[in-house]
Formats: sequence, C-alpha cells, structure tokens
Amino acid sequence: MSGILNSSIGRKIAMALSALFLIFFLIIHLAVNITSLFSADLFNELSHFMGTNPLVQFALQPVLVLGVIFHFIMGFVLEIKNKKAVGNISYKRNNGAANSSWMSRNMIYSGIAILAFLILHFIDFWVPEMNHKYIEVLPEDPTRYFGELQHKFVPIWRVAAYVVAFIFLSLHLMHGFTSSLQSMGVSAIRKKFYKNFGLVYSIVIPLGFIIIALFHHFNH
Amino acid sequence: MSGKGMNLTLQIWRQKDANDKGKMVDYKVTDISEHMSFLEMMDVLNEQLVNSGEEPVAFDHDCREGICGMCSMYINGEAHGPDRGITTCQLHMRMFNDGDTITIEPFRAAAFPVIKDLVVDRMAFERIQQAGGFISVNTSGNTQDANSLPISKHAADEAMDAATCIGCGACVATCKNSSAMLFVGAKVSQYALLPQGQVEAADRVKNMVAQMDLEGFGNCTNTGACEIECPKGISLDNIARMNREFMAANIKG
Ligand code: HEM
Ligand code: SF4
Ligand code: FES
Repeated sequence: MSGILNSSIGRKIAMALSALFLIFFLIIHLAVNITSLFSADLFNELSHFMGTNPLVQFALQPVLVLGVIFHFIMGFVLEIKNKKAVGNISYKRNNGAANSSWMSRNMIYSGIAILAFLILHFIDFWVPEMNHKYIEVLPEDPTRYFGELQHKFVPIWRVAAYVVAFIFLSLHLMHGFTSSLQSMGVSAIRKKFYKNFGLVYSIVIPLGFIIIALFHHFNH
Repeated sequence: MSGKGMNLTLQIWRQKDANDKGKMVDYKVTDISEHMSFLEMMDVLNEQLVNSGEEPVAFDHDCREGICGMCSMYINGEAHGPDRGITTCQLHMRMFNDGDTITIEPFRAAAFPVIKDLVVDRMAFERIQQAGGFISVNTSGNTQDANSLPISKHAADEAMDAATCIGCGACVATCKNSSAMLFVGAKVSQYALLPQGQVEAADRVKNMVAQMDLEGFGNCTNTGACEIECPKGISLDNIARMNREFMAANIKG
C-alpha cells in the first residue's frame, strides 16, 4: 500500500478511489435525505436504520470517515508536491483559461470550501448524534430525526452556508467526476458520454441537497 | 519596406546563467512582417542587440520546421504561444497585432532548470526515455521480417500517433503541476500498443514512471491543458493507457 503511494500514478489511483467512493456515498445520502421532502415517517425510519444498523455503523461509517480524511489529506499532499514540482519561479504571464477549465485548476480551493462545510456538518449532525448515542446515552427515539433536521434549517445563515458549499461541491465534481475515471484508466475526460454523465451528476446531486435545505427552511 | 510592419514591445526573461536570479526586460522591435515566423522575429531582435553591443537572447532552436522540439518558449502565457498544434518555430507573426506587448518566458518546471535566458535543460526527458523507452532486440543481421507480426490497423495508427511526440516539453511547461504524464504516456503507449513492446511492458511502465517521479515532475490532475498545447496533438488517452499499464504491471507484481 505505501509502495503504491510512493508513486505519482499510485497516488492518483488512491485519490480517485477515495473520490469514487464519496461519489457513491453522496447518492445514498441524497436518496435518504430526499424522503424528508414528502414523508417524515419514511425519513425517520431510514435514518433510524442508518443510525442503528451495525453494518452501517461499524463497517460503512468508518470507511466513509477514513475515506473523507484520506481524500482531503491526499489532496493537500498532492498540492504541496505539485507546488514543489513547479518550482520557485512562476510565469509572469500565464493564460490557464486558454487550455483548461477553472474547476480543474482550482480543485484545492473548491476542496477547502467543502472541508469547511464538512466541519460545520459534523458539528451539526454527527456530534449531537454521537452525544445522543454514546455520551449522554439518551433513550432511543426513532422519530426524533425529522424534527432535528427541520430545526437545523431554521437559521438562514446555515441554509446560506449549505447552499454555497454545495455550489463548490458542484464545481469540484464538474472536474472531479471525469477526472477520477481518467485516473482509473478510463479515457473519460474528452468523451461525450462520460462528460455529460458527470455534468448531470455534479449538478443534480448538489442541487438535490440545496432543495432539501431550502424546503425545510421555508416549511417548518 | 519600412513603416509597413508591426511595432512590438517584447518582455523577455533574461538570466545570465543557471545561478543568476533573472528578470523580465523590455525590448522594442519595429517593422516586423506578419509573414515572419516567431523565431525570425527573435533573430531580428538579436541582430539589433548584437549591433548595439548587447548580449543576444539565448533560445533553443534547431530544425525550424516543427520536428525537433527544441524551440521552447512560453509566449503570452502559453507554451509555443497562442496558436494550436504548432511549435514556436511554426508560430507566425500574423497571430499578433501592431502595438502588442508580447511576453516571452522559458518553459518553467523544477525539473527543467533554466540554463540561460530562454534555454532550459530538458535532459530529464532523456533519462526517462533511457529508463524504458526502447525494446531490446537483436539487430545483428537476423532481424525478423516485419510482416510476420500482424498488427491491427487501429493499434498501428494509435502507436504511430503516440510516436509523433517530439519531446518538446510543452506539456510539462503548460501543466499547473509540471506533470510529464502526457510525454511519458505517449512513450509508454507507443510500445504498449505493439507486439514488440509486450515483453518488457511491465518493467517499462514501472521504470519510466519511477524515473519521472525521481526527476521531480508533478502529479497529473487531468486538467487536459497538455493535450491542448501539445504541438503534435498527443491525446489524453495515452495518459489513461499508461495508468492502466501501470495498474496491470503492479498487480502482476
Ligand atoms: C473534504 C474536503 C475535500 C478536499 C480538501 C478535496 C480536495 C481535492 C483535491 C485537491 C483534488 C484534486 C487532486 C488532484 O488530482 O490533484 C480532489 C479531487 C477530487 N475530489 Fe475532492 N476534496 C474534498 C472533498 C470531496 C468530496 C466530498 C467529494 C465528493 C464526492 C470529492 C470528490 C472528488 C473527486 C471526484 C476528485 C477527482 C479525483 C481524481 O482526479 O482522480 N472531493 N479533491
Ligand atoms: S506530449 Fe506533446 S507537448 Fe509533450 S513532449 Fe510530446 S510533443 Fe511535446
Ligand atoms: S526548432 Fe525544431 S521544432 Fe521548432
């Protein structure tokens, strides 16, 4: 494993694998959350399942947490390594827009925006959840999730932060989707099918989360 | 002919030697014909500098017809300047307008150190090539008949496309990560696509990638800038192929 991470292509493959896992995870996450738009009961049921099922709790969740941590640490490692490869003197004039997309040149900045959001998101949902389950060990209440969700989206600042973060996630994925496939050896960057698929994914998924946040802000 | 051509301001990177700090210096050239190539315009400037007793601008060039890959220049923020599918020697002054200010910088990458002015050391490419960009065959008179190894038209075409890489380094110069993956991808693909390349395929990709890393080139972010700026239109497919070759080589052990 560490041998692979000593090579530039190995690091890219590891980066892409963690990213593809996150891409898959986002679909599940959105699928669960979207039920909150039409059925509080279904949302509660699914959340309760996710929060108590041992397979989800002790297999998928650690993989997810480690996957996110690996992804952003590797993102910073690559950024530092690449800065070193470029050297101390940069071009006086560099027309990056002539040959590449803004998204592809700024993955680290869209990534940092997502990281800032993830910290907020952890404080919002994960910390209270852990507190409820393992610290205060409050009585199990399988119907509490919907109310907690609604409550979170009352303050407009939080809704605004979520909207901005998901716009950055969208930008991150607009390049990241095809990029991760390309790193895995699929020639995806210039192929219409993958490009369109990636574009649809990177708009629909973040938009879904934005709609959910706005919906609960205006309906509670 | 006086008064008909373009008057231009050139901002050029001047650096005495590898240890000098270097800086941008402004020059004026007048009456530049739109039919000149960019290097001919540089010749005009250098003649002017020599005549006034100044040091001419050092720049690499050789064939001046787009095949040797020597003419490395970063012009107005792009490798080989604003045109597509060309080297600097194939760039024409008609791409510019009278009164323009043109910036001319050396290709930049930690692995391409500046030797003087616009001349950079691209021996790193040579060392990558030596690490695996060859096939070991006995050529001492008993070579096999070429037609005894059938090769599909598609594979032959793709191998030939990859083989058109001239090792100019524009891909590295233009990459925000100074990654050499388009160059190495092309060199790996050229052999990976042909039966003659199979025997050493796994070692080749491993050794060339290891040398590429050793030289200090960066990690590919798949921005695709290299492909756009490459004078030979080397496709990003070659990077994906190298990634596959690399995975296969490592899985096989
Ligand atoms: C936690 C904060 C995050 C940071 C700091 C971050 C940073 C980065 C960076 C710097 C890259 C470019 C790496 C390179 O190729 O040079 C990248 C790629 C990528 N990221 Fe993130 N990211 C974050 C979160 C996410 C999330 C939540 C997703 C969701 C799906 C995601 C999906 C991707 C994808 C698909 C790629 C492309 C991978 C590849 O090129 O092989 N990232 N990330
Ligand atoms: S891949 Fe293209 S840009 Fe890179 S060295 Fe070869 S010819 Fe030059
Ligand atoms: S001088 Fe040979 S390619 Fe330009």
